[in-house]
Amino acid sequence: MSDAKSIFLKDATVNAADGDQRAFINKALGGYYTNRDLQKARYRDWERARDAASMAKWSAVNDLANVLEKFVANFERNGGVVHWARDAEEARAIILKIAEDAKAKAIVKSKCMTTEEIHLNDALEKAGFGVVESDLGEFIQQLRGEAPYHFVFPCMHVKREAISELFTKHLGTAPTNSPEELTMIARRHLRQLYIDADIGITGANFLIAETGQISITENEGNARLTAALPRIHIALSGIEKVVNHLDDLSVLLPMLATAGAGQPMTCYNTLYSGPRKKGECDGPEQFHLVLIDNARTRILADPEQRDSLHCIRCGACLNVCPIFKNIGGLAYGTTYQGPIGSVITPHLRGLKQWNHLSGASSLCGACTDACPVRIDLHHHLLHNRRNATKESPTLFDLAFHHGFTFVIKRPWLFALGGKIFRATLPLLQKLPLPYMGAWMKTRDLPKAPSQSFRDQWKNPNV
Amino acid sequence: MSDARSDIFARIREALKVKAPKPHLKGDGAPGKTSTLAKPWLPDGGETADDSLTILAEQLAKLKGVFIRVPDHAAAAKAVAELSANKNWKKVAYHGDALLRPIASALTCETWEADASFDKQRLEGCDAGITTCESIVAQLGSILVSSASSGGRALSILPHVHVVVAEASQVVPDLGAALALAKARHGDQMPSMLSFITGPSRTGDIERILVLGAHGPKELYLILVG
Ligand code: SF4
Repeated sequence: MSDAKSIFLKDATVNAADGDQRAFINKALGGYYTNRDLQKARYRDWERARDAASMAKWSAVNDLANVLEKFVANFERNGGVVHWARDAEEARAIILKIAEDAKAKAIVKSKCMTTEEIHLNDALEKAGFGVVESDLGEFIQQLRGEAPYHFVFPCMHVKREAISELFTKHLGTAPTNSPEELTMIARRHLRQLYIDADIGITGANFLIAETGQISITENEGNARLTAALPRIHIALSGIEKVVNHLDDLSVLLPMLATAGAGQPMTCYNTLYSGPRKKGECDGPEQFHLVLIDNARTRILADPEQRDSLHCIRCGACLNVCPIFKNIGGLAYGTTYQGPIGSVITPHLRGLKQWNHLSGASSLCGACTDACPVRIDLHHHLLHNRRNATKESPTLFDLAFHHGFTFVIKRPWLFALGGKIFRATLPLLQKLPLPYMGAWMKTRDLPKAPSQSFRDQWKNPNV
Repeated sequence: MSDARSDIFARIREALKVKAPKPHLKGDGAPGKTSTLAKPWLPDGGETADDSLTILAEQLAKLKGVFIRVPDHAAAAKAVAELSANKNWKKVAYHGDALLRPIASALTCETWEADASFDKQRLEGCDAGITTCESIVAQLGSILVSSASSGGRALSILPHVHVVVAEASQVVPDLGAALALAKARHGDQMPSMLSFITGPSRTGDIERILVLGAHGPKELYLILVG
C-alpha cells in the first residue's frame, strides 16, 4: 500500500465517522444549493450553455500550441514578460529570481491554486521573503498552517469560534462570534499590507489569445488590490487556461460563478493586459506571467482524459460529491480535492501512488452532471482504475484475472464451480468470511437457487 | 539543453498528434467569434432598452448594490451630495473626468482628483471613490470599469464606498455586448485593466455566511443619468 493511500484511508475513516463535522459541512453547502438553483433557473437553457462552455475549452485545448503562441505574442505586445516553467521547481526558481532582483521586502498574494501546487509559499519563506495570503479563507488557512480544505472555499470546515481564537492568538484581537466582525478584522489587518508590498502574486482563470489579456475571478477585491498597488505583478498560470476569444468569457464567467458559488457573476472579473500604460496613474511597473506545464502535457497526451484540462476550477463537482461531503477536503492530501482532484492527481503525481483516489467514488455521476464544461469525471475515475491495473496489476488482480479466464473458457468447469458454490453457500453463511466483515455485519447472503440458470434454460418446465 | 519554452511546445505538439473526440453536446451552442451573435440560452438581458433597465434594477437590488436613477446631471450631483452628507464622508476621491468634476465641486467635504496626483496612502484614507464606467451589463448587474474610465486601478477598489456615475445609454443587454463594445472602443490598445464589478465586495469564507466588504468597497452606488 502506498503511503498516500494508507494516510488517506486513515483520515477518511476518522472524518467519515465525525457526524458533527459532516452536519456542519452539509449546512454550509445548503445555501449554495439554493442559490445555485435560483441562478441556474435564470439561464434560458443551461444545457446549451454547458455545450458552449465545453466547446470554448475544447477548441482551445485541442489546438493548444497555436492558441498559446497567439496568446503569448499578444501578451508580450501589451508589455508583459512571459516565463516558461516545465515543472514546479522551475516555476519556483523563476519567481524567486524576480523577487531577489526586485529586492522585495513584502509580498502579498491573492488566491491561486497553482501556487499551492508548486508550494510557492514555503519556497519564498525559506528564501527569507515574507508572504501574506490576502483571500480571507486562504489567510485563515495560512494562520492555521493547514492546506486549503476546498479549492474554492478554503476554510469552509472551520467554525467561527476557532477563527476568533486564531485571530486573538495571531493578531491580538478581542474574541467575537460574528462572521462580519471577523471579516472586518482581516480587512483592517491586510489593508496596509497591500500598500507596503513590493510584489503582488496572483493566479489567472483565463488567458485570452485574441487580446493577450489574463482574466482573474474573485469576490473579495483582494486580487484587484494585489494587482493594483505593489510595483510588480506576477501571475502564475497553467498552460491549459488559454481560450481563443474574448467573447468566450461571456459564457465562461457567468457559468463559473453560477456552477461554483451560486452567483450570477463573481464580484470582480478583471482583465489585465499589461503593466501600467502611459497615461495611467497607477498599476505595477512590471507584469510577469509564469506559464507552467507541470504534467499538464501528460494529461494532454491522453485523448481519453484530455477534457479534464477543460476544468475551470469552479468547485461544483466537490460541492455535490457524496465522498467529499463525508470525508472532507483535507483527507485527499492533494492540491485539488474532490472528483476533479481524484482524476488529475494520479497524472500530476503518479498513478501508482495515487490510484486509490479513483476508488474514492460511488460512481453516482453527480460530479459529471454538475460540471459546467461537461468533463466526463466519473468515467475518468474508471479509466484511471483500468489504467492502474494495466500498468501495475496487483497479485490479486493477476490471480483473479487468470483464474477467471481459465474457468470461463471451460464450460464444464464453470458448471461444476456453480454446483459447488450452490451446495456450499449455506455453509458460508455461518463462517466469518475474510475481508468481508464490515460488509456482512449488516447483510445476509442470499439463498442459493436449487438449479443453475443454464439448467433452467434447458428444462424450462421443471 | 533546450529551453523550457521549446520543450513545452514540443510536448504539446507531440501530445496533440492523437486527436480527441468532440465533446457530447446536447445542442449546437458554440459561442460565435463575434459577440454580435445573441446567446439565447444565457440569462436574459432584455430585448429593449426599457427591458434592460428593469432587469438591471432587479439584479443590482439582489446584489445589494444601490441603484439611483436621476433625470439629469444636476440631479446626479445632488444625489451624490446627499449621499455624502448622509454618510458623513470626510474625504472623497474622484476620477478626473468632465462628468465628475462638477459633481465633486458640489460636495462640501474634502475632495481630491485622485488620478491627477496619485498617492495610494492618501487614497486609503478616503471614504469614497467616484468614477465613471465603460458600460453596464443589465443581464448580470455588472459594471465594467477600466483603468481609463475609472482613474486607474485602485480608485474603484480601495476606498470603502464606490460611486459610479453613468449615462443610461451606457447600459448594454449582456456580457457579450459589453466585451464587444470594449473591443470596438479600444482595439488593440486596451486599458491595462478592465474589471466587471458585480455588487459590493463580498465573502462567504466564514461558514459560507455572506459578509459584504471583504477587502473592496462595502457599498456600491450606481447613479444613472437619463
Ligand atoms: S471538473 Fe468541472 S465541476 Fe469540477 S471544478 Fe472543474 S469545471 Fe468545476
